[in-house]
Amino acid sequence: MSANQTAISYLIASVLFILALRGLSHPRSARRGNLFGMIGMAIAVVTTFAVTNRIDVALGMMIVGGAVGVIVARRVQMTQMPEVVAAMHSLVGMAAVLIAAAIISDPLPFNVEYPIPIGNRVELFIGTFVGAITFSGSVIAFGKLAGLGKYGRVFSSAPVTFKGQHLVNMVLAVIMIGCGVMFVRALPGELWLPFLGMTGVAFLLGILIIVPIGGADMPVVISMLNSYSGWAAAGIGFSLNNSMLIIAGSLVGSSGAILSYIMCHAMNRSFFSVILGGFGGAEGEVSENAAQKTVKSGSPEDVAFLLGNAESVIIVPGYGLAVGRAQHAVKEMVEKLTARGVTVRYAIHPVAGRMPGHMNVLLAEAEVPYDQVVEMDDINSDFSSTDVAFVLGANDVVNPLAEQQGSPIYGMPILEAYKARAVLVNKRSMAAGYAGIDNPLFYMDKTMMVFGDAKKVIESIVKALD
Amino acid sequence: MTGTVDPTIINITVFVLAIFVGYHVVWNVTPALHTPLMSVTNAISSVVIVGAILAAGPGTMGIGAILGATAVGLVAINTFGGFMVSQRMLSMFKKREEKGKQ
Repeated sequence: MSANQTAISYLIASVLFILALRGLSHPRSARRGNLFGMIGMAIAVVTTFAVTNRIDVALGMMIVGGAVGVIVARRVQMTQMPEVVAAMHSLVGMAAVLIAAAIISDPLPFNVEYPIPIGNRVELFIGTFVGAITFSGSVIAFGKLAGLGKYGRVFSSAPVTFKGQHLVNMVLAVIMIGCGVMFVRALPGELWLPFLGMTGVAFLLGILIIVPIGGADMPVVISMLNSYSGWAAAGIGFSLNNSMLIIAGSLVGSSGAILSYIMCHAMNRSFFSVILGGFGGAEGEVSENAAQKTVKSGSPEDVAFLLGNAESVIIVPGYGLAVGRAQHAVKEMVEKLTARGVTVRYAIHPVAGRMPGHMNVLLAEAEVPYDQVVEMDDINSDFSSTDVAFVLGANDVVNPLAEQQGSPIYGMPILEAYKARAVLVNKRSMAAGYAGIDNPLFYMDKTMMVFGDAKKVIESIVKALD
Repeated sequence: MTGTVDPTIINITVFVLAIFVGYHVVWNVTPALHTPLMSVTNAISSVVIVGAILAAGPGTMGIGAILGATAVGLVAINTFGGFMVSQRMLSMFKKREEKGKQ
C-alpha cells in the first residue's frame, strides 16, 4: 500500500468517526452512528496492518486486549459506567506514553527521522505529559468512583487537601517543563533520562490534580479526563504526522471539553473552582435548624392515592434512586399510573447521575421509553401546570434556594418542582445534599415527604395502586 | 513566499479545523446520549492503537517493539470494549411504540 493510499484510507476512517458522533444527535440514528465508528476503526486498523512490517505480535496482543474489552463491555452494570469509562481513559493515556517511549527507542517504524528532530521532540513531550496525566488522573478517578477509599486515602471520595497543595503542583509543573526542555535539547543518545523524569513527574501531577476533587464533582472530572485522553491521542498524531490521529483526538478533546462546560454550568461552578478542588465532599449532615421546622410526612398509601388521582405527574429521579436500584420499580409504578390515564414524564437534571447523561442510561436500562424522559430546559415550564411532582432521591437539583440571591447555590439551574400543585419527596432521611444546605422545598405546605428506602417505598406504592 | 510547508503547519491546520468540526458536532448531541457519547469518544480515541501497531512492527523485538505490543494490548480493550458497551447502551434506548409491540 502506498503512502497516498494509506492517507486516503485514514481520511475515510476520520470521516466515519465524525459521522459516529453526528449520529448521536438522536437516539434513532445513534446505533447507526456507532456502527460508522466501528467501521472507521476497522479501516484504520486494517490499513495499519497492511503497512507495518510485522503483524503477528500486534495481532496477538489485539486479540487478548479485545477479548478483555468484550468481556468488560458485556458484564458491566450501567451504574458502574462512570468507573469503567475512567478506567478506559487511563488506558488511552498509558498507550500514548508507551507509544512515545517506543518512538524514542526506535523511530524508524514510524517514519520519524533519527536523530529525532526538535519539532518532533516538542510534540512527543506534549503527547507524553498529557498522556501521563490522563493515566494517573484516571486511575485516581476510577478509585474514587469505584469506592476504593478503603484501600487508600488517594481513592477517597472526600477531597484530599493539604497545605501548599497548589504550590506543590506549580513546582512539579515547572520541573516537568524543565525536563521537557532538557528532552528537546538533549543529545540523541541522552533522551531517556529527561524523558523518564518528565513522565514520572507528570504521573505524580495527574494524581495530585485529581485527589482534591470531591466525589460530587466527578461528572466534571470524568469529562475533563475524556478531553485529556483526546488531546493525548492528538499529540501522538502530531509526532507521527498522522492526520487521522489528530482529527480523532481533536474530536474527543473538544467533546470532553464541551461536556465539562455543560457539567460545570449545571452545577453552577466555575471550571477553575472544580479543578482547584476541596469542595463537594461526603454527603452533608442533618442541618441544625431542620429539626425546628416541621415537615409533613405521609405513607406510601397516601402517595399512591395522590398519584392515582392526578392527571399529570412529573418524576424527578436523582442518583439516590439508582443507588437504591429502584428504577425497575419506578417503571412498574409508572405503567400502573399510565394504565389509569395519568400522564407521567421524567424530568432529568444534567447532573442527576455521576457522569453526563448517566440517569438517561439508567432509565433506558429499566426500559423506560426515551420519549417519556425530558431534559430540564424542556420541562421546567410545564411544572406549574402539573398536578404532582414526585422527587425521588434528588435534593440540590430541586432546591428553590438556587433562585434566591445570597444563597450558596444561587444561580444553579434547578428543576422547578416547587411550582407543581403538589410535591411528593422520597428521601431516606432529612440529610442535606452535597451542597450541605437545607432545602425549603421540603417544608412547603403542598409538600409531603415519604421517608424510607426508595425501592421499598415504590414497591409499596405499586401494591397500593392495585 | 517559496519553499515547502512544514508538516507541523499542516498538522496544526488539520488540528484547528478538527476542533471546529468537533465543537459543532458535539453541541448537536442530545443530552440524553451524553454517556454513550463519552463511551463512543473513548473508543474513537483508542485509534492511537495505530501508533501502537507500528511500534510493535519492527522485525526484531527490541524495547520499542515490546512497549508497542503492550500498548496494543491495553488500548485494544478500549477499541473493542468502548464500541461494544456503547452499542449495548444505545440498544436500550427505545420508544414507547416499539415497546408496545413486544
